[in-house]
Amino acid sequence: MLAAQSICKGFLGVQALKDVSIVVRQNEVVGLIGENGAGKSTLMRTLSGTVKPDSGTLTLDGKPLKLRSTRDAAAHGIGMVFQEQSLLLNLTVAENIYLGEEQQFTRLGLMNWRAMRAAAKRQLAKIGVDIDVAARTGELSFAARQMVELAKALTLEDSVARPLTILLDEPTSVLSRADIDVLFNRVRALKQRASFVFVSHRLDEVLQLSDRVYVMKDGKVVAEHDAADVTAPQLHEIMVGRSFHTGYYKEARQLPPRDDVLLELAGFGVGQSCRDIDLTLHAGEVLGIAGVVGSGREEVTRAIGGFLSQTSGQLKVNGRTVHLSGPEQAVALGIGTVPRERRIEGLVMFLSIAQNITLADLGAVMRLGMIDHSRERQVAQDWLKRLRIKAPNVDVACRKLSGGNQQKVVLARWMTAGSRILVLDHPTRGLDVGAKEEVYDLVRDLSAQGVGILLLSDTLEETIGLCHRVLVMRDGEITAHFDATPGQKPNQVDLVRAMV
Amino acid sequence: MATQTNSSSLPQPLTDRAVRRLGRKRITRAALRAYAPVAVLLVLGILIALANPNFIELRNLVRVANAAAVPLTIAMGTTFVILLGSIDLSAEGAVAVGAMVLVLLARNDANTHDFGWLAVLAAVAAGGIMGLVSGLVQTGLRIPSFMATLGTWFIGLGLATYMLGGSAVRLMDPALRGLALNRFAGLPVAVWVALGAFAVAAVIQTQTRLGRHILALGGGEDLAEYSGISPARVRLLAFTLAGLFYGVAGVLAASQLGQSNAVIGDGRLFAAVTAVVVGGTALTGGEGGVFNTLVGVLIVTVLSNGMVLLGVSPYVQQTVQGLMIIAAVALSLDRVRQTIVK
Repeated sequence: MLAAQSICKGFLGVQALKDVSIVVRQNEVVGLIGENGAGKSTLMRTLSGTVKPDSGTLTLDGKPLKLRSTRDAAAHGIGMVFQEQSLLLNLTVAENIYLGEEQQFTRLGLMNWRAMRAAAKRQLAKIGVDIDVAARTGELSFAARQMVELAKALTLEDSVARPLTILLDEPTSVLSRADIDVLFNRVRALKQRASFVFVSHRLDEVLQLSDRVYVMKDGKVVAEHDAADVTAPQLHEIMVGRSFHTGYYKEARQLPPRDDVLLELAGFGVGQSCRDIDLTLHAGEVLGIAGVVGSGREEVTRAIGGFLSQTSGQLKVNGRTVHLSGPEQAVALGIGTVPRERRIEGLVMFLSIAQNITLADLGAVMRLGMIDHSRERQVAQDWLKRLRIKAPNVDVACRKLSGGNQQKVVLARWMTAGSRILVLDHPTRGLDVGAKEEVYDLVRDLSAQGVGILLLSDTLEETIGLCHRVLVMRDGEITAHFDATPGQKPNQVDLVRAMV
Repeated sequence: MATQTNSSSLPQPLTDRAVRRLGRKRITRAALRAYAPVAVLLVLGILIALANPNFIELRNLVRVANAAAVPLTIAMGTTFVILLGSIDLSAEGAVAVGAMVLVLLARNDANTHDFGWLAVLAAVAAGGIMGLVSGLVQTGLRIPSFMATLGTWFIGLGLATYMLGGSAVRLMDPALRGLALNRFAGLPVAVWVALGAFAVAAVIQTQTRLGRHILALGGGEDLAEYSGISPARVRLLAFTLAGLFYGVAGVLAASQLGQSNAVIGDGRLFAAVTAVVVGGTALTGGEGGVFNTLVGVLIVTVLSNGMVLLGVSPYVQQTVQGLMIIAAVALSLDRVRQTIVK
């Protein structure tokens, strides 16, 4: 039995785990659910030895357990199947399975490849999968790689004299239904000799596979249930439930959208990930798309921003049919994207506020083919005031700003570029409550000016609170429409029903 | 062990079609690309032979082999570094140091030393130390390989020039000169030494943990680290290994030239990197290897030999080599997946 008791862990002032205790019994599949940022991944990384808790203890069969690395964890029979797969695509299946453990196949410093391949074959046979162990993993399908990962974790059986504990961190998020069934079959069959901790966004899957479920929220375990005793909507309510008040989302400031259509999608599709998407976005409207990871909502918005190419259907911007060649064309058409990874995609961190704000439309501050610096700073200064960006001046590098202020700079950039369609991809992720509220205010300001906003949000509450209408997607298709006019806001449970 | 006791609980192997589908391989363009360098070499050889039949005369082929000896030895070292996803610019400096140590310790016209074969050992070791320094600078000070090896390149050049007093020192040891002058089975001994270096490199790449770990780092350093591999250790070893090959190359170069001077390494970095890249080893690391480099060295050498036979001006030859390295990278990169080029 693996147990974590009163685990606390903080990162740079954010308390990721607060007094978390869980138990994983032998031959049990334990489900772990929670919203983004609830602390699931940190807990998994604590159990696998990559994160050291600030306080609290781990015990294995009642004995205290100190884990300094993944190797330590492995020595105690704890293996992890990573969400971001940990296989090296340039190596073969066998080489990956025994990566870092090659010494058992060396003699006089030379490798015995045949022995390694035979051993790898045995590992794969354990889960009943026939994959060519000499194939490079880069040539395998994603699902097959997942099986290799599982086999790699199972190699611990040969070196550890106790039943294994295998941590599955969102293994299903990119698998097809058929592949998920295969994986679940393997997990069920292996349950007699190992225990599993299973993290997933899809509540129905968690209930289907697990014996017991822990629900995490804001770094704490808030509930524990036998899987037989709860339903997916119940779990969801526990997962998101927090005091809800309408003032928070500035609903009083939500104005009815205008009549002109900014964006229209008809039969729109992006490869396998989404298809037959019909939607319209009016000026001044906030349109939310709800859905779990893998529902295809990311792909729809990425394609609208020009980051993915559409493969079917029609996309109309301001009434004109277009086929976006890339983000550059999207920006030129007035479509701005506020990406989820501000640090990676949203801002050039070492450039100043002014330079970032004018990045999308430098032409506005050019004179005679040269950048007019005083004009550039003037434009930025205006935004600093209008958006209440907290910074000493516009020459400060963006990396020195807080998350909320960085988000405002991104918005200021699109306003400067004259964008009338904004894709907000998780605009409040990682922001504290006060900063979130400011972003909500900004969303209302923008709508009032006639900007159309497509919103993907971390929480349903935020989606419902901010939007005029909400679309729900599942498995690449739109499954429901909800009107979200103030006073007639839909219930979260209704949305969840369409999501899972 | 659990494996045996619970064998009854094994899932039924391969009952569902979904599992079978998992194992199916996709044929990739990468697989076809792997043989492109060999095809290029063959076509090149045939074209040159058609234009000037002298090319396939035994005497000329021996000349090609002889010209390939030093580049091959250097490129072995460079290959390992490039497999890591790093770059090694220090080859010319390390070769100069190796040649300088050899000439000054063997019988020469500048001092009275006469250590014979011990001088060879010292020269190779000196190359290894140069590589070790590159590795230490990189891992210890966390300086990118590009800058670290740019530094050791010039350290090596400066050191060699200073020790040689700014002039050429002649190598007078007849046994060591024999590396270039004596023949075994029709080929100069230096060629056999280079082939030996290739064999050693091939064994390291395919048969040792170091070779595998270098590939692993090139494929994904963070992932390799998760598997318990120490990236710093692997880097250090790879750079040292590269230095040892440069040391050997320094010995061969001094022997072929009969002397050592500061410019003994000139142009060799470009030739080595070109050979590695033309052979199909990816600059991003993790793909390719010493077999590719062998082909790459032959392509580069055959091409320059052919151009000489066809009477092409040396300046045009350089231009062709420059075009070749760009073409090779353009053909080998999977640019669809690479969105940002730096």
